[in-house]
Amino acid sequence: MSRVSKLFTYILLIIFTLFFLIPIYVLISTSFKPLQEVSLEKMWFLPLKASFQGFVKAFQKLSPNLKNSFILVIPATIISALVGSINGYVLSKIKFRGSNLLFTLILFGMFIPYQSVLFPVIRFLQSINLYGSIWGLVILHIIYGLPITTLIFRNYYAEVPTELIEAAHIDGAGIFKVYWKVLFPISLPGFVVVIIWQFTNIWNEFLFAVTVTSDPTKQPITVALVNLAGSKVVEWNVQMAGALLAALPTLLVYVLLGKYFLRGLLAGSVKG
Amino acid sequence: MIQIKGSTRRRLLGFFILLPTLISLGIFVYGFIGWTVRVSFSNWNSFSKLMKGEYIFVGLRNYFRLFEDPRFQTDLWNTLFFTLFFILGCLSLGILLAVLLDKGLKGSRIFQNLFLFPMAISFVVTGTVWSWIFAPGILPKFPQGMNLLYKLLGLESLQWSWYTSTVSIFHFNLALIPVIIAAIWQLSGYTMAMYLAGLRGIDQALIEAAKVDGATSRQIFWRIKFPILRPITLSAMIILGHISLKIFDLVYSMTGSGPNNVTDVPAIYMFETTFRANKYATGSAIAIVMLVMVAVVIVPYLVSSMKREVSK
Repeated sequence: MSRVSKLFTYILLIIFTLFFLIPIYVLISTSFKPLQEVSLEKMWFLPLKASFQGFVKAFQKLSPNLKNSFILVIPATIISALVGSINGYVLSKIKFRGSNLLFTLILFGMFIPYQSVLFPVIRFLQSINLYGSIWGLVILHIIYGLPITTLIFRNYYAEVPTELIEAAHIDGAGIFKVYWKVLFPISLPGFVVVIIWQFTNIWNEFLFAVTVTSDPTKQPITVALVNLAGSKVVEWNVQMAGALLAALPTLLVYVLLGKYFLRGLLAGSVKG
Repeated sequence: MIQIKGSTRRRLLGFFILLPTLISLGIFVYGFIGWTVRVSFSNWNSFSKLMKGEYIFVGLRNYFRLFEDPRFQTDLWNTLFFTLFFILGCLSLGILLAVLLDKGLKGSRIFQNLFLFPMAISFVVTGTVWSWIFAPGILPKFPQGMNLLYKLLGLESLQWSWYTSTVSIFHFNLALIPVIIAAIWQLSGYTMAMYLAGLRGIDQALIEAAKVDGATSRQIFWRIKFPILRPITLSAMIILGHISLKIFDLVYSMTGSGPNNVTDVPAIYMFETTFRANKYATGSAIAIVMLVMVAVVIVPYLVSSMKREVSK
């Protein structure tokens, strides 16, 4: 490649980098400002003196909600991943008549606008006394997470040679034994992809969270953040610090396990 | 003989393993959609009517009223333009970034990670931050956000009212532009990743052979790479399209419905109708319209990939 075209490429990449960094710059520089430096006129400037004031206040306000989000995300992620894994095994290796149709019907569930099930969901949660609780949300995220976890594991196990499974069956191993002894031990990468995907999505989810939980002490972080931002308080350092706190867990996962995050992303769209 | 029996038993057992998933999705997806359809045909447009529990069938009345409702008409136009520009933006930025990164220059990895990280962040966080950046302030004296940045850079002529603008060009509310920018910011890394995976999947031997035959890099792009990227473009359009048809979090946290509903979308209207105004029947009708829009995009995609699967 010529030097000119190399230079040109870098210039373009840097321009786009600036676009991608604008919100991050505002987010980080504002959240480290002490209150007296937070003003509209100075929003584009770096803080003169870094302060953790914003973070301390945001953490005080949001820590119960951060905790709620963890209580929600951990069981929902693990259970939907486990069920998706065994589903994926059945749909990739034990095909039966109609299994492709069933798989398609399962997949449809991941694309629907949740508005179209929202009213019944709320009535259902009210009827089993879980409306307004984190556990109600856990159930929703397990069920509505099944299509994507099933999809990812199905594609993952499709790569495993069928002969391997057949051989185990001929040796007299049943379905569960094959799953446990043959597939499960090689499933770690699949689980990492699914867990990251579910963790990120459930952590970031808003519609169910805002409609199912109304008590501020029971709301997940996304809802609490919107309430904080909508409260008309001009402490933008607190708002931005809050936004950063809300984004931190998923960002951390992305930074540490970006490769798997990417795989989940592509698995959710490109099939087969 | 034993062999066949074993595999039949396995299939039966396989079906039973799927059963909990099938039952729960059968209820929570298909059953609940049916329930919502039923509510959308009812007169449950107030809390007291719902509590009375008396179901009066009104047919398509809620739908007719909805399509005559100026706010919902605005929502449909907004969805149309939002979807159009959002998809165009994500595709073009995505392919451009992918091509730039595919050159394999030093540091490509870092750029790639940077362009992709917004995918890991919640729409709610994005909305909160962009809402602040695009807040217009009070013009001309007290500009805020981007308008202030323009002033600092001496570009006052570019200042405008961003997402509070009520200017509309053939039903396209200009106030949507900042929201579209935020959405592109969040999801163009996704299209980039899809294109990049496509480009990197191309057999290098093919490209080397073309080079030996004297093909220019432009020819290589249009004749070899572009045709491979076409199916990816289709998938990306479907995925992005279904996201934009049901977009809620971003608009809700960034602008809400805006003055004269300039940034309103069906999902916001559905939310307010159902949970603020307690008009459950109308809210359900909006939800079903949204579902139909998404299904029009998604169902052919699912059916065609199922057929491809069967023919394999």
